[in-house]
Amino acid sequence: MTAGYNFAYLDEQTKRMIRRAILKAVAIPGYQVPFGSREMPLPYGWGTGGIQVTASIIGSDDVLKVIDQGADDTTNAISIRRFFAKTAGVATTTRTADATIIQTRHRIPETPLRAGQIVVFQVPIPEPLRWLEPRESETRQMHAYADYAIMHVKLYEDIARYGHIATTYDYPVIVNERYLMRPSPIPKFDNPKLDMNPALMLFGAGREKRIYAVPPYTIVKSLDFEDHPFSIETWDTSCALCGATNAFLDEVITDDHGGKMFVCSDSDHCAERKEKAA
Amino acid sequence: MNAISKIAANDLPLLSVRQLDKSFGARTACRNINFDLWPGEVLAVVGESGAGKSTLLRCLCGDQQPDLGQVLFTRRDGSISDLYDIPEPERRILMRTDWGIIHQNPRDGLRFGVSAGANVGERLMAIGARNYAEIRRTAAIWLERLEIDVARMDELPFTFSGGMQQRLQIARNLVTQPRLVFMDEPTGGLDVSVQAKLLDLLRSLVGELGLAAVIVTHDLAVARLLADRLMVMQGGAVVELGLTDQVLDDPQHPYSQLLVSSVLQI
Repeated sequence: MTAGYNFAYLDEQTKRMIRRAILKAVAIPGYQVPFGSREMPLPYGWGTGGIQVTASIIGSDDVLKVIDQGADDTTNAISIRRFFAKTAGVATTTRTADATIIQTRHRIPETPLRAGQIVVFQVPIPEPLRWLEPRESETRQMHAYADYAIMHVKLYEDIARYGHIATTYDYPVIVNERYLMRPSPIPKFDNPKLDMNPALMLFGAGREKRIYAVPPYTIVKSLDFEDHPFSIETWDTSCALCGATNAFLDEVITDDHGGKMFVCSDSDHCAERKEKAA
Repeated sequence: MNAISKIAANDLPLLSVRQLDKSFGARTACRNINFDLWPGEVLAVVGESGAGKSTLLRCLCGDQQPDLGQVLFTRRDGSISDLYDIPEPERRILMRTDWGIIHQNPRDGLRFGVSAGANVGERLMAIGARNYAEIRRTAAIWLERLEIDVARMDELPFTFSGGMQQRLQIARNLVTQPRLVFMDEPTGGLDVSVQAKLLDLLRSLVGELGLAAVIVTHDLAVARLLADRLMVMQGGAVVELGLTDQVLDDPQHPYSQLLVSSVLQI
């Protein structure tokens, strides 16, 4: 640990305040709890919310994994992982199964999570109703009264325009049959993983100053219509590196002549599969 | 006579306003307003700008709590409640199912970011419709009824003419088959031929559906055409209330006389 910093960068009072917000969020699944977001040494949009949540829950015996777009080796993932290695002196890993805390943006790991693990999501815009209702006072009332009709208007509009529900990420869900929640920009492929997951899921939005949570084994249902049920993305091909057919694939452009390949977005999952095959 | 026969059939008023007062600081907008609205009846509120018409309408439709007085309404099951005594979620549901509000400016009543079909379907989804095909079918029926080409169902409202936008707003409100509709200058800002067409449509709809309506207008011709009864307001108070033809043909209060005599004749 580097001298001159408090453990995990934030001061103890701030961590305490954030923990209280987290406790409240866990008590009311899907409800957005306001908190006093601090300025962090990285820009808004890079995970200031997630990093504050991680800082307030991490202990010296935790093992941290950070992913960005599913990968452990992207700039943002590396710098946040290094940040906590430096300020909290914790062990870090890229293996999902070994981690106790996983901070993520865009993905939930493919490897099934287990009880005791915590996933911390970085959230850009926590309010699912914001797209149609710009007033915060109004959206709060809508949450209070579970008045969520306009979310279905969005899905209706999708079908009317494209013939199917075209929302593919940040797909709205109802948590615990009560609160409408925006699951941060994860692909809808990951939505089923939110449902009845044994791990604790915490969501932090730094700029918008909101924390919300999905406790372990909570019902999370994606919105849909009876005649247009919720479905996840599928691909005609398998991962070019590990051959996985049931993972979320990224399209990677390989040259200037239209060459491309599809690879697992979860780099740890892909590497593990290759190891096993070898 | 039409209004009277309707009253006989239903012995409870749909809406009763008792001693309603609303002021903004020292400025009084509505003073001691009392009236009953019966099922199927159309009441027009006329008066000059600043007479308190729109404030009264906002108080009636649940948008603005009056300082004093009651707004009592009869539910479908016959029970009577004060609009401002019931919990807000219930009031919201009421406003979206049993009641409708048609604004003067379609921009206040429509969602301009989504298609016409979604605008009409929103109320259905709000009361729990979750079948896309069903919602679409119902929306199409109402668009047709309001003489909007069903082929334009997936177009955004800003591509519609002013009159069409106003008709879309009406379709959006009528889709849940409300019993009571509030209209604030429904024909304001439209050119006269479109106005006439819209009025004609409104009149037939009100008749067919047995809608009760409160229409705020400063156009006496609109009142003459649509309303069973007429309420004349001045300076926040009701100065005259009676059958439309009676008030327009034989106004008693000096202000009503002035209003009627100010209508331009061609």
